[in-house]
Amino acid sequence: MTVNVSMTVNGQSISRDIDPRTLLVTFVRDHLGLTGTHVGCDTSQCGACVVHLDGQAVKSCAVLAVQADGGTVDTIESLSAADSPLHPMQEAFREHHALQCGFCTPGMVMAAVDLANRNPDPSVEDVHAALEGNICRCTGYDPIVTAVQAGARAMNIQDGHAQDNG
Amino acid sequence: MFPFDYHRATTLEDAREAHAAAEEPAYLAGGQTLIPTLKMRLAQHDRIVDLRRIPGLTGIRRDGDTLVIGAMTTHQAIADSPEVIAALPALAAMAASIGDQQVRAMGTIGGALANNDPAADYPAAALALDAAIITDMRSHKAADFFGAFFDTTLDPGEIIREVRFPLAEAAAYAKIRNPASRYAVVGVFVARTAAGPRVAVTGAAGQVFRHEAMEQALAASFSPTSLDGVATSPDGMNEDQHASADYRAHLCGVLAGRAVTAIVGAGSR
Repeated sequence: MTVNVSMTVNGQSISRDIDPRTLLVTFVRDHLGLTGTHVGCDTSQCGACVVHLDGQAVKSCAVLAVQADGGTVDTIESLSAADSPLHPMQEAFREHHALQCGFCTPGMVMAAVDLANRNPDPSVEDVHAALEGNICRCTGYDPIVTAVQAGARAMNIQDGHAQDNG
Repeated sequence: MFPFDYHRATTLEDAREAHAAAEEPAYLAGGQTLIPTLKMRLAQHDRIVDLRRIPGLTGIRRDGDTLVIGAMTTHQAIADSPEVIAALPALAAMAASIGDQQVRAMGTIGGALANNDPAADYPAAALALDAAIITDMRSHKAADFFGAFFDTTLDPGEIIREVRFPLAEAAAYAKIRNPASRYAVVGVFVARTAAGPRVAVTGAAGQVFRHEAMEQALAASFSPTSLDGVATSPDGMNEDQHASADYRAHLCGVLAGRAVTAIVGAGSR
């Protein structure tokens, strides 16, 4: 059996015929070639696969692509184009050395952007709670927490400037 | 995953028909248990009937002294809901303790109740608050609904529409989370109701249960010290790599004490 799915991925309308058991993470990586989203544990534990579905962070290894039909999916690739400046959250991760091997980073950044969208100035405890579903085996988390706080503030400032500019 | 065909239901009737026409069907709510289970090939279904687009199954409202939550309402929506925070803050806090941020964005209260994992959180709230689980067929009292190890009184094909929680005078939930799965190793929901105190325990045994000895002790005097000396037998408690039966029995008292302390105020003990 195949089913047709249509959705907006990183601002682009796409439509594909897929096997209904296709996971959303498989769909974005293998069908759309967006390999920034990673498969880490594949058991909903690690959060490397976090994308935004209709504006909320979800684990794309625990969502079927058919569940996203008609919806909006944003992956790590949506944050900044190859030839443009990094997104403020990505820049904060770079600045604060919040990654070593980088494997967990796409999910960390997407979870962090989700937090910043809801909470523009998160406390350390807020960051801990929001990243509970994201595992990093390199950093020991402290630089990630610092980066998420800085990135959220930077996103807030950028949004404020955008509003000031009208 | 084994292959399956997929049906996106548009109405409850449509869902029932699609379910009835398959050999080994499953309903899909948020999928945060079902999809990992399918991935591990622990389950095989010839048809998945997706309930997510059926109108009218989400939302939270007050109906007099009852809080009514649509079955497809997500844990995050319950945790964030001003109505839940005002009417049953213990339920909002409990929802906020389920899984992680991303799981809460997909997982639903109806899916969690229908699945009835013996370590799930909502069964404790539903039992302690004497909730009614309303389906497309009938109303189930929480006291009857939960059977042992994932069993419920739902008939094949029956669909939960909403859950009705009578408001409590006060309530609190305390749990020890498994740090990996975040399910309750043990969780205790204590409610102070007009009909007296109610204590429901999840995670400890094969199904959620009321702790009547604690309820009697709290009815005599609603304070954490009332629970001192109230024994919990380890007979029938779960025993696994995470916790022994004895330890789970011990946690029942510890967590009930924490919940009662949260209700009466930390200063009283």
